[in-house]
Amino acid sequence: MRSLIDISELTTKEIEELIETADDIINNPAKYAHKCAGKKLATLFFEPSTRTRLSFEAAMYELGGNVLGFSESQSSSAAKGESVADTAKTVSCYADIIAMRHPKEGAPLVAAMNAGVPVINAGDGGHNHPTQTLADLLTIHREKGRFENLTVGFCGDLKFGRTVHSLISALRRYSGVRFVFVSPNELKIPDYVKASLERDGISYSETTDLESAMSSFDILYMTRVQRERFFNEEEYLRLKDSYILTPEKLQNARPDLSIMHPLPRVNEISVSIDSDPRACYFKQVLYGKYMRMALILKLLEVE
Amino acid sequence: MTVDEIKNGIVLDHITAGKGMKIYSLLGLDRLDCSVALIRNVPSRKMGKKDIIKIDADIEVNTDIIGYIDPDITVNIIKDGKNVEKKSIELPQKLTNVLFCKNPRCISATEQELPHVFTLADRENRIYRCLYCETKAK
Repeated sequence: MRSLIDISELTTKEIEELIETADDIINNPAKYAHKCAGKKLATLFFEPSTRTRLSFEAAMYELGGNVLGFSESQSSSAAKGESVADTAKTVSCYADIIAMRHPKEGAPLVAAMNAGVPVINAGDGGHNHPTQTLADLLTIHREKGRFENLTVGFCGDLKFGRTVHSLISALRRYSGVRFVFVSPNELKIPDYVKASLERDGISYSETTDLESAMSSFDILYMTRVQRERFFNEEEYLRLKDSYILTPEKLQNARPDLSIMHPLPRVNEISVSIDSDPRACYFKQVLYGKYMRMALILKLLEVE
Repeated sequence: MTVDEIKNGIVLDHITAGKGMKIYSLLGLDRLDCSVALIRNVPSRKMGKKDIIKIDADIEVNTDIIGYIDPDITVNIIKDGKNVEKKSIELPQKLTNVLFCKNPRCISATEQELPHVFTLADRENRIYRCLYCETKAK
């Protein structure tokens, strides 16, 4: 029995197999409509996350399975002080697989160590969110048809953005990948990430100017610059617009650029870009569901 | 300075000078009834000076703690006055309840009964990270 807590637990081959399954689901949805008949997914969401929870639930329903769970800790026994370990043991008696979102880092790992069924980490605080990375990878695969020889720009909050760090760790396995980190100085990519890229001879550059780097990107991965990350309001006001993607900033962009964003968006991508064929962020949501379907099949060992 | 030979027990040798007291307290040697000698700043050909701990009882010591504090220590097992086993210590892969995670967002901060577990993330630089939240041990 296997769980998925951190994207690094999957080998490159396993990720490619999941992508292959997701492709097959997209092409032959009827073939998968009853694969999980009689199985139950428990969605244990100790903090609200509409998108991720609905994605898991839709994934299980499309596999013919059923779903039970809760969407905030107030409606769970955690409100009475139950430990994560006890919740995991209890829920294992009701469900065949668990998807857990928790505000505390490491909570899904504790659940996996105690559950009698596979546990999928659906986000633990600012720590890990492996199924978002799987969604990102399927999006890149569908849009670009390859992972090799891509120039990937990451823009916004690169210091705290967990989706950025785990996508980097997944993409760095492929040859010829180049990273461009675009962020204000306050939110630069951490030194340990850069040091490990240098150690492995992976090419990267850093800039504070999104427009000047735009023409080099095959993929632009946007994230939100949050007000609370700044030390002072003035600095935030000065910088916030530099990292908002507008049609003007896309003038030098490649015609085959793919614009991605883990969502939810606040204002960092102008709504007028949504109709641009290069905008992929809503497709990313759809691909997320297919990757979660592939992952549920893998962890439940359904052929 | 001379300290009596021990008959059955353990000698922790080649402790980096100055670390003896820390090992003594982390191993809880103050709670033992038997004779325990902590000898500091002993002249050493190899190390210049070193600390030594002699425990005059056949007890189990937690080699994980020793390995974390000072992996160059040698553990000598003494039986009937003879050195019957000489063990070198390695950096342990896992430490349980030796280091404590200080990250307030870690699950170990709210769930009191969870053991604090750190794993060796980088042997070369001796970096340990919390099993749950991966915060680096300070």
